[in-house]
Amino acid sequence: MTAAQKHSGAPDHGAAPMAGTGIFGLLAEFQTVPQLMAAAEKVRDAGYTHWDSHTPFPVHGLSDAMGLKPTRLPYVVLAGGLTGGTVGLAMQWWMNAIDYPLIISGKPLFSIPANIPVMFELTVLCAAIGAFLGMLVMNGLPALYHPLLTNDRFRRATADRFFISIEADDPKFDAERTAGFLRSLGSSAVEEVRG
Amino acid sequence: MKTAIPDPTVDDPRVRPELILGGNDFTTVTDKVAGLVERPRPPRAWYVAFAVSLALTGVLVAMIGYLVFTGVGVWGLNNPVGWGFDITNFVFWVGIGHAGTLISAILFLFRQKWRTSINRFAEAMTIFAVVCAGLFPAIHVGRIWLAWWLFPLPNQQQVWPNFRSPLLWDVFAVSSYMFVSLMFWYMGMIPDLATLRDRAKTKVRQIVYGIFSLGWRGSNRQWHRYERAYLLLAALATPLVVSVHSVVSFDFAASQLPGWHTTVFPPYFVAGAIFSGFAMVMMLIIPARQYFGLKDIVTMRHLDNMSKIILATGSMVGFAYAIEFFMAWYSGNPYEMFTFLNRALGPYSWAYWIMVSCNVLTPQLFWFKKLRGSIPVLFVASILINVGMWFERFVIIVTSLSRDFLPGSWLSYTPTYVEILTFAGSFGLFFTLFLLFVRYLPMVAMAEVKSVMPQAHLEEGVHKGLGDYWGDMPQQHGEQGGHHRGGKS
Repeated sequence: MTAAQKHSGAPDHGAAPMAGTGIFGLLAEFQTVPQLMAAAEKVRDAGYTHWDSHTPFPVHGLSDAMGLKPTRLPYVVLAGGLTGGTVGLAMQWWMNAIDYPLIISGKPLFSIPANIPVMFELTVLCAAIGAFLGMLVMNGLPALYHPLLTNDRFRRATADRFFISIEADDPKFDAERTAGFLRSLGSSAVEEVRG
Repeated sequence: MKTAIPDPTVDDPRVRPELILGGNDFTTVTDKVAGLVERPRPPRAWYVAFAVSLALTGVLVAMIGYLVFTGVGVWGLNNPVGWGFDITNFVFWVGIGHAGTLISAILFLFRQKWRTSINRFAEAMTIFAVVCAGLFPAIHVGRIWLAWWLFPLPNQQQVWPNFRSPLLWDVFAVSSYMFVSLMFWYMGMIPDLATLRDRAKTKVRQIVYGIFSLGWRGSNRQWHRYERAYLLLAALATPLVVSVHSVVSFDFAASQLPGWHTTVFPPYFVAGAIFSGFAMVMMLIIPARQYFGLKDIVTMRHLDNMSKIILATGSMVGFAYAIEFFMAWYSGNPYEMFTFLNRALGPYSWAYWIMVSCNVLTPQLFWFKKLRGSIPVLFVASILINVGMWFERFVIIVTSLSRDFLPGSWLSYTPTYVEILTFAGSFGLFFTLFLLFVRYLPMVAMAEVKSVMPQAHLEEGVHKGLGDYWGDMPQQHGEQGGHHRGGKS
């Protein structure tokens, strides 16, 4: 806890939320993983939908505790890989057999084995691009602004604290009652975040 | 946390030793790693090292400039020996890179959690090594301004490259490898860049780290997809890294030259690449953990594990050397037999025996636990292995080219000062990039390290006890929740 005190006195980076007209939601801080995990289950069971947990590292089991569905990202990766493989093979066929036929050692103009390496590399490359960009786009990144990032306490979400945020546009959200609910889950601090 | 096992290299199968020592928690890990980047000034040693590296990079630029303005005649290449230092350096640097991907992707798939302390470091090494590697094929083509002909881009001659050529496969393999490694490295760094953004005390740092962390908020909905993407990237990088050095070996194996035309080349090259790369990681991390106070995070256990991998891959390489000789004899092909006898006894035998003593004998030291625990032994051995692996490529390339089928076409090869300085300069480039990395970027994957600490789990005992090492939760967090095994780690 000493570290917490040390840190909370630290920097002020224009914390006043100036742009906000309304409330983005509520932010509840937790000290440990088990507390967060237990709280996430309760928030899930209470029927909230527009909410999230924020942790400095991926906490295993938290997705289940939050009731998240498996991501569809693998399909993006599969699509990337199929595109890369198809384009890779078609490119070699068109370039070496159609547009500029190259006779090498009397071999056929087009044959699969000689074209495997390039096709393979392009499959992997495009699948990897799919994984990287797919992850960013599905996660709404890059995002140059987010209301949570204006909260000073939230700066520790990337270091050593755990948070649950419930957004104001959640149908079940009620500033008073939700704040009370979060406090009852053992949160060490519940704050309003302006949006 | 209470009782840190004094010697973390002892594996008691009943107790999982802790990966991070010294009673660290999330706060201290963050402070330690981020603190290295945040301090106003690096140690004096950093400036000295940076000045030397930058000067060597200057030498590299000057030598390349001389080469471009004069022509490849400034190198010692001749008619049978058309590849010398250039391709030796290329294969050497690409090989170095492979350990980074092995640590970041293959050990990830094998769930070797200790990798989290060193993977960022090793991945950075990969990127910089591939940068150095890519340089050599580009400058060895002669008319460097036409190097873009390597790629299938429309050009004024309306000619496409020959996709049956292993050299073209290499272009695709190495450039794909570069891009995928870069994405993997950067993606792994996003959460840590966000940490630096959130700790930033100055406007400049806040803006720069803010831009590069892309607005990461550590949200579990983000982590959920992030982890899936990370797993998929690891699964993609694994066959990729094996393919890259296999394709590099095709540059040789698909030719007809004695000593090159062998089927053992792909696995032999991949093992050698991992071997040399681990030696390079070792060589870099030993001073880094010392100077940057990271001994609790990069523990003796890490060095011990790495030296075991070096021993295994080094022995594979030694086995491949033996198999080459056996196959040359067993083939009954006089040219093959001659080539190998010539390697061991001919004019380049000094290089051959440097290779054997560094690559086959040095790693055998690591059979002994005492030697695996000695920092000076590890450091010297890792340097020797790097020397040996460079000579391996030199031996393969130069001995085969200088004496092929007809004695009438034999010629020996001696590098000029330009080649030697270019090689030295590539180390300058490598270390310049590396020093910038340790100065401005988090050199330990903080988020990943935190996730393997005992506090990251629902129950503290899970990690240490008899329980599942992977730290998946016992089914106790909700009725519906528990059935799905935390999955993707």
